[in-house]
Amino acid sequence: MSGRKVVITGIGLVSCAGEGIEAHLAAYESGEAPRTDAETYAPYPVHPVAPVALDTQIPKKSDQRQMEGWQRLGVYAAGLALDSAGLKDDAARKAALHLIVASGGGERDYAVDGAILTGLRDAENPGAYLNEHLQNDLRPTLFLAQLSNLLAGNIAIVHGVTGASRTFMGEESAGVDALRIAHARIASGQDDAMLVGGSYNAERADVLLVHEMGGFLHKPDYRPVFSRGGEENGGFILGSGAAFLLLETAERAAERGAKPFAVIDAIANDRVRRKAGSVADALPRLLREAGVSRPDLILSGATGVASLAEEEAQGLKAALPDTHIRATGDVIGHPIEAVPSFGTAIAAALCAAGKAREVAITSVGHRSGEGVIRVVAA
Amino acid sequence: MSASSTRDAKGRPLVAVTGLGIVSSLGCGAADTWQALTEGRSGIRTISRFPTDGLRTSIAGTVDAFETDPLCAPLLSERFAEVAAEEAVTQSGIGDDFPGALFIAVPPVELEWPQRQALAEASGDNEDITYRSLLKAAASRRFDAWHDLFIFGTVADRISDRFGTRGSPISLSTACSSGATAIQLGVEAIRRGEMKAALCIGTDGSVNPESLIRFSLLSALSTQNENPETASKPFSKNRDGFVMGEGAAALVLEDAEAAKARGAKILGYVLGCGEKGDGFHRTRSSPNGEPIIAAIRAALDDADTAPDAIDTINAHGTSTPENDKMEAMGCTAVFGERISSLPISSNKSMIGHTLTAAGAIEAVVSMLTIQHGRIPPTINHLVPDPSLTLDVVSTARDARVSRVLSNSFGFGGQNTCLVLAGEPA
Repeated sequence: MSGRKVVITGIGLVSCAGEGIEAHLAAYESGEAPRTDAETYAPYPVHPVAPVALDTQIPKKSDQRQMEGWQRLGVYAAGLALDSAGLKDDAARKAALHLIVASGGGERDYAVDGAILTGLRDAENPGAYLNEHLQNDLRPTLFLAQLSNLLAGNIAIVHGVTGASRTFMGEESAGVDALRIAHARIASGQDDAMLVGGSYNAERADVLLVHEMGGFLHKPDYRPVFSRGGEENGGFILGSGAAFLLLETAERAAERGAKPFAVIDAIANDRVRRKAGSVADALPRLLREAGVSRPDLILSGATGVASLAEEEAQGLKAALPDTHIRATGDVIGHPIEAVPSFGTAIAAALCAAGKAREVAITSVGHRSGEGVIRVVAA
Repeated sequence: MSASSTRDAKGRPLVAVTGLGIVSSLGCGAADTWQALTEGRSGIRTISRFPTDGLRTSIAGTVDAFETDPLCAPLLSERFAEVAAEEAVTQSGIGDDFPGALFIAVPPVELEWPQRQALAEASGDNEDITYRSLLKAAASRRFDAWHDLFIFGTVADRISDRFGTRGSPISLSTACSSGATAIQLGVEAIRRGEMKAALCIGTDGSVNPESLIRFSLLSALSTQNENPETASKPFSKNRDGFVMGEGAAALVLEDAEAAKARGAKILGYVLGCGEKGDGFHRTRSSPNGEPIIAAIRAALDDADTAPDAIDTINAHGTSTPENDKMEAMGCTAVFGERISSLPISSNKSMIGHTLTAAGAIEAVVSMLTIQHGRIPPTINHLVPDPSLTLDVVSTARDARVSRVLSNSFGFGGQNTCLVLAGEPA
């Protein structure tokens, strides 16, 4: 690998903590519990996204209508990142800019689903009933609001980022892989810049459903990520939000006069076969592979699943016994694929503010995937 | 820098193909599939997997050779991927413990209707069913096994376990160009020197009522249900949409130097990959065709290949009015007058549009085309679209084929092209 230096020159964030870098630094520094809605989906708490003025980043209502929540948040945050990088009005650079998105998909038309399930109960011919109602009751454009790669597609349409896009799926590890591949492409000389990030809408019953199956949701009220043990093995509290980063070579940033927030020095990740102790064993190795030496802070992407959080803390303490560990889940909740981008963004903002020189960001997926990202001051 | 037997003209490791595997509605395995393709057989039939009462489209190229329990897109996709990868890995002789990463294009998954119905029933709610009812049933813990089934990373995790691939497996989507993107990711990782081998797969088993209806609502599907075998007719004047298909393909890619060092039989090379985004519209291409043209040119440039060196085009060729027109326009812009005598063919005429898998399936078919020196036909090309000046291969054609351009285009402005070859540039 030729190892060109990769810097972060744009950050776009929106979550329960608010919008933008300052709001997230303030939330991080306050140490207060993140804004939580424990009522709407009780007994499942969620961290709802702060109100955003969508028009400022997605001017056309027709575009807004073609998207569901997770896409709107992602397009919004991608716009903030382009603004932050000073590229929003640079049509030529945006047209050449490549994009990697980490996301799932969805969402559903909940009323239609409910009505169909109710009707199916007494339908004489359930197959015909399902066909008829899906065909008549689904909005044709809902499909496009569900497709995983259409967040990237909407970023191309709304912001003119049309280098080419790739969408990584696969929960938490997709977020680490998106950053790792983007970093590798720039470091190796394949590309000079990449827009990378993820988005999640937690305020939807279908994602609560898939994660309640398996018992992965913490309930009924917020508790800090590393204090969710107990009989039910804790769990995560989903958070709505999106985080996008503009990565580029240090040389290009200097040439165009963009001030880097921080450097992404290295990303190491793996998928270990999970058994007792495997996560605890993996983390010291991944910290080593990422070259983490004396971090001022570890920003943990721990889910809140207690057994995994305990192993993670154990592995981190074995390698870095004195380093403070802070969970991004205690700042913005758990937006699955977007967690690693949030951790990296907050770390970069801390470096830019002179509050850290080196930060290790961790990710331990609730089912698989372990990763460490090393961010250092520019 | 000049090319050698293990480096390309840009000095990067040459990427060899040492294993191929394929599953489609025409059968399992390269041998059966190739025979059916060159005979011009169709795998499109009336759907038997679920009731089609009232559907505007009731045909598809389903793969019905495998049963899964439950029968759902992620399990079918996993099964197809496993069978295709088994064939590819066995052919490569690379061993049971795959010495590289997995890049797998998988359809977006979510809970399906039989599962929703089971949850609704288990909720015991006698009044209107809502998501609250489903959540109540889920909280019973009786349905916990469905969590892994319906999250996005599970197919990749299981395939990774099965073949022992290294590192974090990547599940990806670029819509209908996903299979080509999986190959591109593998090529790039090998060129960067991160790994000596990559297992690249595209798989799709999502012919189910809702997936079909979603495409139908976008008016993307053929409604020529009466004669399923003739419904998919790329580049024909009377084409009226694509036919959904299922299947998977797998390629073992290796750093050519490493493949030679272990004495592997090299089947061919992925010489180049190109891509270009399109911000014009969610489902339609820029009317001037520029992103398609840019993607083809990027692939040719990456492959250090002049347009004249391409012997045939494995088209995206979906049989939709829009795609075939735009693809013809893009190819004409790149290849000029030669496009009227450059053989072009679409496998989708026989196996339908395998969506997430298509780019990988078509890359495998392209390799087989090179190996056998025979271009499989675009069947049903009885009424050529007079506005497209293409040399559409309507019956299998013997030809010396050294290099193939394989096109993949998808919703969301995804355009990905590959250049595959028998020998290095």
